[in-house]
Amino acid sequence: MAHSIDNANVTRRDFIYVASATAAGVGLAASLWPFIDQMNPAADTLALKEVEFDLSPLVEGQIVTIEWQKKPVFIRRRTAAEIKAAEDVPLDQLRDPQADKDRVQKPEWLILVAVCTHLGCVPDKNNKGEFGGWLCACHGSQYDTSGRIRKGPAPKNLAVPPYLYLTDTKVLIGAEPKPAAVVAEHG
Amino acid sequence: MGAAMTKLNLLVALALVFGFADKTLAEDAHAVKPPKQMKWSWDGPFGQFDRQQLQRGYQVYKEVCASCHSMHLVSFRNLSQPGGPEFSEAQMKAIAAGVQINTLDDKGEAFDDKGVALQRPGTAADRFPSPFSNELAARAANNNAYPPDLSVITKARPDGSNYVYSLLTGYSDPPAKFELLPGLYYNAHFPNHQIAMPQPLATDDQVTYAPNAGNPAATIDQMAKDVTAFLTWAGEPKMEERKQMGVKVIIFLVLLAALLYTAYRQLWKDVDH
Amino acid sequence: MAHGNYSYKPTNAFMKWLDSRLPIVRLVDESVLKFPTPKNLNMWFTFGGILTFMLAVQIVSGIVLAMHYVPHETQAFDSVERIMRDVNYGWLLRYMHSNGASMFFIAVYLHIFRGLYYGSFKAPREVLWLLGIVIYLLMMATGFLGYTLPWGQMSFWGATVITNFFSAIPLVGESITQWLWGSFAVDNTTLQRFFSLHYLLPFVIAGVVVLHIWALHVPGNNNPLGIDVKGPQDTVPFHPYYTTKDGFWIALFLIVFAYFIFFNPNFLGHADNYVPANRLVTPAHIVPEWYYLPLYAILRSVPDKLIGVILMISAILIWALLPWLDTSRVRSNNFRPIMKQLFWILIVVIFLLGYLGAQTADDSNLVFFGAELPIGKLLLSQLLTFYYFAHFLVITPIVGLWETPNPVPESISKAVLAKKNGGAVPVAAE
Repeated sequence: MAHSIDNANVTRRDFIYVASATAAGVGLAASLWPFIDQMNPAADTLALKEVEFDLSPLVEGQIVTIEWQKKPVFIRRRTAAEIKAAEDVPLDQLRDPQADKDRVQKPEWLILVAVCTHLGCVPDKNNKGEFGGWLCACHGSQYDTSGRIRKGPAPKNLAVPPYLYLTDTKVLIGAEPKPAAVVAEHG
Repeated sequence: MGAAMTKLNLLVALALVFGFADKTLAEDAHAVKPPKQMKWSWDGPFGQFDRQQLQRGYQVYKEVCASCHSMHLVSFRNLSQPGGPEFSEAQMKAIAAGVQINTLDDKGEAFDDKGVALQRPGTAADRFPSPFSNELAARAANNNAYPPDLSVITKARPDGSNYVYSLLTGYSDPPAKFELLPGLYYNAHFPNHQIAMPQPLATDDQVTYAPNAGNPAATIDQMAKDVTAFLTWAGEPKMEERKQMGVKVIIFLVLLAALLYTAYRQLWKDVDH
Repeated sequence: MAHGNYSYKPTNAFMKWLDSRLPIVRLVDESVLKFPTPKNLNMWFTFGGILTFMLAVQIVSGIVLAMHYVPHETQAFDSVERIMRDVNYGWLLRYMHSNGASMFFIAVYLHIFRGLYYGSFKAPREVLWLLGIVIYLLMMATGFLGYTLPWGQMSFWGATVITNFFSAIPLVGESITQWLWGSFAVDNTTLQRFFSLHYLLPFVIAGVVVLHIWALHVPGNNNPLGIDVKGPQDTVPFHPYYTTKDGFWIALFLIVFAYFIFFNPNFLGHADNYVPANRLVTPAHIVPEWYYLPLYAILRSVPDKLIGVILMISAILIWALLPWLDTSRVRSNNFRPIMKQLFWILIVVIFLLGYLGAQTADDSNLVFFGAELPIGKLLLSQLLTFYYFAHFLVITPIVGLWETPNPVPESISKAVLAKKNGGAVPVAAE
């Protein structure tokens, strides 16, 4: 037989072999992408990344839970006293210091992701705890009227989702606030 | 689509090769008249949809078909995605908002105190609402015939696009001596030639196309073509993406095969085989 | 291993260390890369590689489809459509899987016919052949189970018809059918177990494929001349010679596969399967997938339920007897002038049976170029079925004894050298 193994090794270095192997490799790599990407959220899932909510039916002091991106979200129409309590807390008393005005776009409306930052339970809507906010019944974390952690094991404040006021009484939760709107609110 | 016709041709060709053909097809007077063979913009490996036609087709579907037929696999967001009618985002949202969707309130209730279904305006994420709440209601309203869901109708019938077009334009008076059952209509393209659906596109200008944008006159024929285009897209909304990717993949594979062939010849040239 | 005088030598200390603990590199090197393969294999011998590739494609695409598919009668159809519409590249994966099944069967039929033509089933490769039949039967089951999953009209009625085969068994038939269904008819329970089994069987196939390849590696490949490898001068190492050659044929095969996926994805399917399953209405013309059509024609050729089912199953099981039914000393039909003709007649018969399997179930006469033949579809099916069985049970043993084969070359290397030089092929001494 004409071909020893060494001989085959030498010929394999030829351009055409490298080119074919590269092309086959590139084709294989490219065809892997659909198999990976199919695990990303599908179009119908992504279509629910924003949720519109009409604030007008809520009365002062009322809290409702809605679903956004498969997570519960609290929408709370705060009373004047609750707003004042939230604004008056000195930041140095807070475990996760954050001013109330940085957590709301309009003081009357508090919108929070209702997932306790300790281990993921949903805080109790009907038990406002020692600080007038929420008590998480799982491990006793207590949040204030701005949703900030005040007592218990949770390390962080309840998260504020991105949201955008479409009108004075309609919010689009999940949408980034338009810069102009934010300026108008705070300026 | 052309695909199904090609299949029919292939079967005919096979039949010729083997020298056989099914005589029942040729002789049965009640046999379905084969669909008219149309030229469509989406035929062939490079064929694409005509956006304006899909938009007009949606209008025909919405104003005519949707009063009886559901289309539960299609969402409003699909109307603005690439490869479809490509309505603008704002147009699509306006279309969605113009539809009332059954919903649940904060307590999970579907009805208000008076038992009326709670509704909200549609959003991009909503599917097209169905005209009837269930099959019984649909049958009750349609002389006991069930209007099929149209989501994949062009794939669910052989030679689907041509079939839908032929059916929509295939109504006529029954031939002499044809016994038409009460409540049914004569259509040569339907099995047994009797269909429960009254002629849906019955007069020209039944749908008023926007006068601008170079839209053609809304003749029965034109409306049938437009709604066929829309239904074809709805059945296969990724068709354009599929064909575009296909062209690239085939080109790549031809190059790869050429390279491998060269490598194979190079490698084997010193081996007697 | 046949004629393997090569053995793997670890090149460094680590490889030596690994080799004495898990000789996996040795296994790959000796039984894949350096495996001595006859140097005269033609394109018909590439389907083993193509099939291995297709099995991988089907398993990988199936696993990702199972991440989105919902095996429930109320959601299965819509979940498949969700894959087609909303899942990223879902349309590609689904069409890859559904057309992949057909491509798999095209390749397996060519692989089987190649084995028939070149006598690859004959000693010493009987076990290899038997394992191939097991793989084919498992493929049939897997293809059938998978076709049920989209839960369209053809899925539902296909499942109903096929499971009813078992009701033909005397006495226990009804009980077995109910056991298969888990219900009084095909329903959601059936769908869920079919999904589970459809996920399982490909891995069983992969296992039997390993045995099949193992059984191949003991005697080594057959070849178009059908003669044994006499020594290293008759072979080349599998890599790079056959990896490159198979790679080229796989690329060509992929072009055909890609054509179906991207430009004609529903050609091999049936429109009725885009109609959701309806247990109250059977489609007017129900046909199985194309790859079962010849068997379907055999089933329908007999008006007796039990005999029909038995004949259909026997049509495949009869292959298992072939190594002992073929009495010829020569393997390759290249040297068997009569058997070569009979092989092609058999192929035509199988195609005709496939054609008849796709026809409506009535006994109308056939029309030959406009002229009606005095032969009904039923009678023709019966004649063809009879011939099919006769080919294996009668013709093959008799022709093997009676036929005088042409002289067989002395060795592969001498035959290819003679072909190259245009000289006479040195003939093996009788």
